Amino acid sequence: MAEPRAIHRRLNVRLWLGGSWIGLLFFCAIFAGALAPHDRLAQDLMLQTLPPAWIDGAEPGYYLGTDSLGRDILARILYATRPALIVAIVASSAACAFGSLLGLMAGFFGGWTDRVISRLVDIWMAFPPVLLSILLVAVMGPGLSSVIIAIAVIDWTRFCRVVRAEAMQQRRMDYVDSAKAMGYGTGRIMAREVLPNVLPAILVLFSLEMGIAVIVEAILSFVNLSISTDDPTWGSMIAEGRSIVHQAWWVLVFPLLCLFLTVLAFSQFGEGLKERFDPVMR
Amino acid sequence: MRGDFGTSISLRESVTEVVFGRLPATLELAFLALAIAVALGGANAILAALWRGTATEAGVDLFNGVTLSIPDFLWGLIFILLFGVAIPIFDISGRVSPTLELPFVTPFFLIESLVRLRGDLFLDLLGHMIMPAMALALPLAAVVSQILKTSLKEAMHQDYALIARTKGFSETYVLWREALRNAVTPSLTVIGVQFTFLLGGTVIVERLFSYEGLGNLAIDAVINRDLPLIQGIVLLFAVLFVGINLTVDLCTVALNPRLRHG
Amino acid sequence: MSAPFLEIDRLSVRLRRGGAGRLLRQVSIAVAPGEVHGLVGESGAGKSMIGRAIFGILPRAVEVIEGAVRLGGTDLFALSDRRRRRLVGVTASLIPQDPLTALNPSKRIEVQMTDRLTKILGLTGAAARARALGLLEEVHIQDPARVFRSYPHELSGGMRQRVLIASAFAAEPRLIVADEPTTALDVTVQKQILKLIAEMQRRHGTALLFVTHNLGVVAKICQRVSVLYAGKIVEQTDVATLFAAPAHAYTRALMAATPRYDRPDESLAPVRPEVIEALAREIAASDADWREARLARGEGRA
Repeated sequence: MAEPRAIHRRLNVRLWLGGSWIGLLFFCAIFAGALAPHDRLAQDLMLQTLPPAWIDGAEPGYYLGTDSLGRDILARILYATRPALIVAIVASSAACAFGSLLGLMAGFFGGWTDRVISRLVDIWMAFPPVLLSILLVAVMGPGLSSVIIAIAVIDWTRFCRVVRAEAMQQRRMDYVDSAKAMGYGTGRIMAREVLPNVLPAILVLFSLEMGIAVIVEAILSFVNLSISTDDPTWGSMIAEGRSIVHQAWWVLVFPLLCLFLTVLAFSQFGEGLKERFDPVMR
Repeated sequence: MRGDFGTSISLRESVTEVVFGRLPATLELAFLALAIAVALGGANAILAALWRGTATEAGVDLFNGVTLSIPDFLWGLIFILLFGVAIPIFDISGRVSPTLELPFVTPFFLIESLVRLRGDLFLDLLGHMIMPAMALALPLAAVVSQILKTSLKEAMHQDYALIARTKGFSETYVLWREALRNAVTPSLTVIGVQFTFLLGGTVIVERLFSYEGLGNLAIDAVINRDLPLIQGIVLLFAVLFVGINLTVDLCTVALNPRLRHG
Repeated sequence: MSAPFLEIDRLSVRLRRGGAGRLLRQVSIAVAPGEVHGLVGESGAGKSMIGRAIFGILPRAVEVIEGAVRLGGTDLFALSDRRRRRLVGVTASLIPQDPLTALNPSKRIEVQMTDRLTKILGLTGAAARARALGLLEEVHIQDPARVFRSYPHELSGGMRQRVLIASAFAAEPRLIVADEPTTALDVTVQKQILKLIAEMQRRHGTALLFVTHNLGVVAKICQRVSVLYAGKIVEQTDVATLFAAPAHAYTRALMAATPRYDRPDESLAPVRPEVIEALAREIAASDADWREARLARGEGRA
């Protein structure tokens, strides 16, 4: 009685498109040196705020134009993929590791462990994330590591909730009982039996979290609380672009576009993963 | 704990005065955003529920998916480019045009402009507020829409909705007069929580639009390491959140007769 | 027999995207003014679908293939949505199965009883209230004013069903469809409610289509009966004949399976497989005939 076309044959557009953009980002990050036509830090006050190549008044070689200090926007955008991806990966991993561990414990052990951890999560989630991250970074001093720590500290609850729910479900299943009957220790059961079943949910969340991390980093560098050197980030480029948007729109548009596409890519990739792991749920 | 929060280091004024001086601007912005979100989200939830199973519903789902996945920060930037630069309709900075003379006695500019029947001022204020409010509103609108749509569809399937139709009432009537009040109650808690997120979002959105509110002040305070000011702002936000949760609880009880008798 | 008030004329209904089987197979039922007509069948036989067709609330997934439903001579399917709604709202009422879910939990009883009277029937607020209160007394509710002010969850199941019965009669309809009105109630309350419905019907002279799976109930209050199996009427006659000399094997099997309070020691006989098989053949045969006839007339998919 099933439809003649199998569901999972349909091309998972989100997965592929999202994945392609993410792959492109990694490529740019790794090969930024080779790809960038100019030095990302080189200022040239003779070439301030020049428009992109297809507009009158552009300087050849500066394809996306220059900013108010004469720096090449394309080069800066390419190099900016590095802090974005570093933050995305490291912060998400930290949040994931911490949150998943607590979630596993809460879901698997139940009782007091669960109660304490759940309470903690509830209280934590009541704080507005942006305000909290700004506070944390201000306290720790600006810089990429502060940003990473702040994101991990704020967003671990996301993983904890989901993993706890999954773990609770899995704990009730028969294979856990049989593992216990065979005498396996709790740690081993959690790692060997429960974790693999929880993994799909974690992966989906990880992808979404990377998008969130990129945004938070952008916001923090927008308010000047991220990297303190001249090294470009999309956030700081957007901040500069915002202040001269009426005179030189390109300084805002291109980093914004990259940020936008990156956030979209991570969230769609996550949705695509969800579809891939759970075709029944459509 | 004393009643006053001391003096702001960076501004050299009483923290209480500064904070309460800026609070109304943020409140006006947040509530404008809330109104937009409820109107927009509610309207398309009702639309999707009335035309459930058709392309309209699919369209609404798509719209919600898109608006939800883009954070308020990005929406703000997009609006700046679209309606501030590309098609310059709105102003992208500040709360009000600097050239205007302001006769206000309270910091509630928008409300006062209405009370004083100063349409010109009202429009100018609104023109400055509409983009940050929209940026804040869109993600909330998506949540409102999703939650309300699901609740509405469920309510329309209940027996009392079917009975109402046998009495001779149209589906539109049944949705508005029978289903809606039952659909709103379960949605309230979620909307309340999301509204607190919206309040948190004012921090960066106000900064983006140079809007002179509490959120913008918070960033300055943090950058300047103005501890007394930071304390005052954080506490005020905390009070606001508690207040919102309380209001939501009260509304839930008011709307659901089953909860009233303990 | 005078002209029927409710006339269901060879109504066939099926799932829009479903398989070949119909949910209702050329159902024809005629209910005269003031008549109490029983509609008997097991779960899934299609009894509710008939009620829904009358009131125009068929599920979206279901479509009418052919046939007509007439109220007072007017074909409902020939009317626009608006006019059909009005006609049904003015002339017919439903007594539903589950009194808990049939009442809106966030509206007071008063509103739920009077909304139709004021908005569809055009009574004034005062007249509507007076009529509703009067009916609450008719259904033996002790303190009508208090019930009026109450919310559904404050009343017992039996009380709620009384309210629903009062509501149904308040519109002074010419037809009432009672959809298994006692099934969701306690056994002790079932008898009372049944008596009440019979009493109200006698007093108001309303035509009543009584949908049930219980032959015992039919025996008590119905004048004529239609027996439904898999969407097809397999027997249709007056009550006396049905119980004295049932024509169809299925009816006989149903009666044998019904517990009899006056003969509690008799064991229940389940419906024998041969009967079911015979029914399946009968239905398949009539389906085939129907499809051929349609193809011959050049109508739609088989």
